[in-house]
Amino acid sequence: MACTMGPEPFAEDSSDERPKWDNKFQYLLSCIGFAVGLGNIWRFPYLCQTYGGGAFLIPYFIALVFEGIPLFHIEIAIGQRLRRGSVGVWKAISPYLGGVGLGCFTVSFLVSLYYNTILVWVLWYFLNSFQDPLPWSTCPLDLNRTGFVEECQSSSAVSYFWYRQTLNTTADINDSGFVQWRLLLCLAACWVIVYLCVIRGIESTGKVVYFTALFPYLVLTVFLIRGSTLPGATEGLIYLFTPNIRVLQNPRVWLDAATQIFFSLSLAFGGHIAFASYNPPRNDCEKDAVTIALVNSMTSLYASIAVFSVVGFKATNDYGHCQDRNILSLINTFDLPDQSVSRDDYPAVLAHLNATQPARVAQLHLRSCRLEDFLDKSASGTGLAFIVFTEAIIHMPGAPVWAVLFFGMLFSLGLSTMLGIMEGIITPLLDLGVVPRSVPKEALTGVACLVCFVSALCFSLQSGNYWLEIFDNYAASLNLIIFAFFEVIGVVYVYGMKRFCDDVEWMTGRRPGLYWQVTWKLIGPLMLLFIFVAYIVILAQKPPSYRAWNPQYEHFPSHQEKLYPGWVQATCMLLSFLPSLWVPAVALAQLLTRRRRQKQQGVRPQLQDGHAC
Amino acid sequence: MLWPLFFLVTAIHAELCQPADAENAFKVRLSIKTALGDKAYAWDTNEEYLFKAMVAFSMRKVPNRETTEISHVLLCNVTQRVSFWFVVTDPSKKYTLPAMEVQSAIRMSRNRINNAFFLNDQTLEFLKIPSTLAPPSDPAVPIWIIVFGVIFCIVIVAITVLILSGIRQHRRNNDGPSEVEDAEDKCETTITVENGIPCDPLDTKDGCLNDAFVTEGERLTPL
Repeated sequence: MACTMGPEPFAEDSSDERPKWDNKFQYLLSCIGFAVGLGNIWRFPYLCQTYGGGAFLIPYFIALVFEGIPLFHIEIAIGQRLRRGSVGVWKAISPYLGGVGLGCFTVSFLVSLYYNTILVWVLWYFLNSFQDPLPWSTCPLDLNRTGFVEECQSSSAVSYFWYRQTLNTTADINDSGFVQWRLLLCLAACWVIVYLCVIRGIESTGKVVYFTALFPYLVLTVFLIRGSTLPGATEGLIYLFTPNIRVLQNPRVWLDAATQIFFSLSLAFGGHIAFASYNPPRNDCEKDAVTIALVNSMTSLYASIAVFSVVGFKATNDYGHCQDRNILSLINTFDLPDQSVSRDDYPAVLAHLNATQPARVAQLHLRSCRLEDFLDKSASGTGLAFIVFTEAIIHMPGAPVWAVLFFGMLFSLGLSTMLGIMEGIITPLLDLGVVPRSVPKEALTGVACLVCFVSALCFSLQSGNYWLEIFDNYAASLNLIIFAFFEVIGVVYVYGMKRFCDDVEWMTGRRPGLYWQVTWKLIGPLMLLFIFVAYIVILAQKPPSYRAWNPQYEHFPSHQEKLYPGWVQATCMLLSFLPSLWVPAVALAQLLTRRRRQKQQGVRPQLQDGHAC
Repeated sequence: MLWPLFFLVTAIHAELCQPADAENAFKVRLSIKTALGDKAYAWDTNEEYLFKAMVAFSMRKVPNRETTEISHVLLCNVTQRVSFWFVVTDPSKKYTLPAMEVQSAIRMSRNRINNAFFLNDQTLEFLKIPSTLAPPSDPAVPIWIIVFGVIFCIVIVAITVLILSGIRQHRRNNDGPSEVEDAEDKCETTITVENGIPCDPLDTKDGCLNDAFVTEGERLTPL
């Protein structure tokens, strides 16, 4: 018995029609593309491996059910009902909450800057993959061509290509260096590509997502098939998924599971609100929320299987090389015939030699090779993509093809997320009416992309990757949690639970059940509060530091741990809290304007009474 | 009588070709099985002869050393690994040639020596002689710039097409409303024709006067 009369109509922008999706599939693909991003590839497998393999899935799915899906449902429900971007939605719910929308807008802007820089790096590697042999497979030669460049010799060809030939990184964050023209070109290309995709809003975005959202799945499948046939893949997978239940006692696991779900679904950016606002009003948002969230988590699992087959292959390869190096050492020192000691014979031969000539064996400084040590060398983030995976690809037959596929996949994953972030920037600008109607949308999106491009120039400096790490750690995390908290509180307590349930019932035809009401009212806000407090505790525990790449460091190629200088720490603090300040600022501004208006209204009736004749 | 001479020669040989500490001696290490797998040949005295010949050949290319003979190259300490030491002596066989000369000679002919044994710089190692590494092939224009240029041009063309079509649509929308008004005027001025008799459209400003009523009333009822 749904009400035939809709809920109280809000002031719809009836002057022009709101653009809408061509079909439901486009909307689903856009949301999935926005949610599924680089983190699914390079953060989830790392967490799975660090926190006891299969056991990590337990806190992960608990967080998904009690935090991820309810918050996600709220976002798309209010976007669909109120048919505005994030700024408009919060102003409509309550003028005091308008700051939440502005804050989401600011965070989307900051994130777009550094997220696209990661795409710049991916694009650079993609462009360099069209050659055989791949440029990161060998070190460049030194000046008199008798050996390799010193820095490359001490670390590895892959690290050298990443830190020197791509980033040309400095040893300290204070030393900014110059703008790298190669990265600048790729930055321009990336922003031009993003502009092409968002040029007409969802009209163009909707067409692009057919490719950017589906292509990664194709590549993941290809990598899965290829990876499973590589030697050592099974070791990697076993290592990844072997559950270690005891790790669940560590509270850090639960925190990381909750934050992973939160950031993986791209909540509180305003992008999902924007996407949902282009939906027809009567659309089953509950089913959409559950579908998209589940697809996101399944993609994480699928990706981690593919990633770990390849990582297992690399570890086995490195283990084999380690053994071969030891064998060669033995053969050369003891003048045994070439290839006389196989990998299986090695332990016996070593024992025999150790018994007969221990002094000479000790002089060799043989490294002990254990497969677990190589499997443990996991990495997350850019380390996984640009160092571990690139090194694994070199050893696969037909390396350039795999490199092109891999970096193409990363690029389209990142691009589909960028589209969602840009929607979180552009839709509020359109709704706020900052530009007059006569200005075409192409010009607005062009100016937005240009502003973002100019602001992102700082990341193409030589110290750019240190700054990116700062933005990644501080700009988004705390602010998004604060905004999500206010979102839930705003919808449940300010807008009203009953009113919201009526809206959902009108849109979907079913009233939200007990599960939704409990998670919205109680569990969601509590979990967000818990994450927020835990985050602050962890951040406060040790002074923030970064790991610098310093060829002059005595323990090179290990990274040098350095503390951030004072002004950088101040920047981190500002980044963490400045966007959230919109909330109290706007609330205060609203309060002051209300008071002023009340005072004026209070004065006028008195005048009338005085002159009533 | 020849025996003492023979012993003297071998003694001198042993003295000249001393491994490890001799500064003019070079250690060579071969990894034939690694390089050739099944097609590996065995290392015997004939191969050693060939090696001596190649070293003598390299020395002959050095100015002032054109008279180096195979007998001037001495090998010793051949092991199962296949590694050995060699020295190059001068024509009088009294002293060994300086290491720098031998090194530069070998470096110049390194490729020929490798090819004679089907090996390369990694499988035929001269332990004190660094090999000149081949520079990686550097095309005139790096490949990444070519791919970048292609992608960038495609994207710019696509953006231009989209912007131009957007402008054209905008103009068509602006012309659109005025076109609609013309059509309405045309509708008003069409005259419907039925049976060859033009009908006045019903929505004319004046009403239609029915002449029958007006004339009869006046004729029949004069007062």
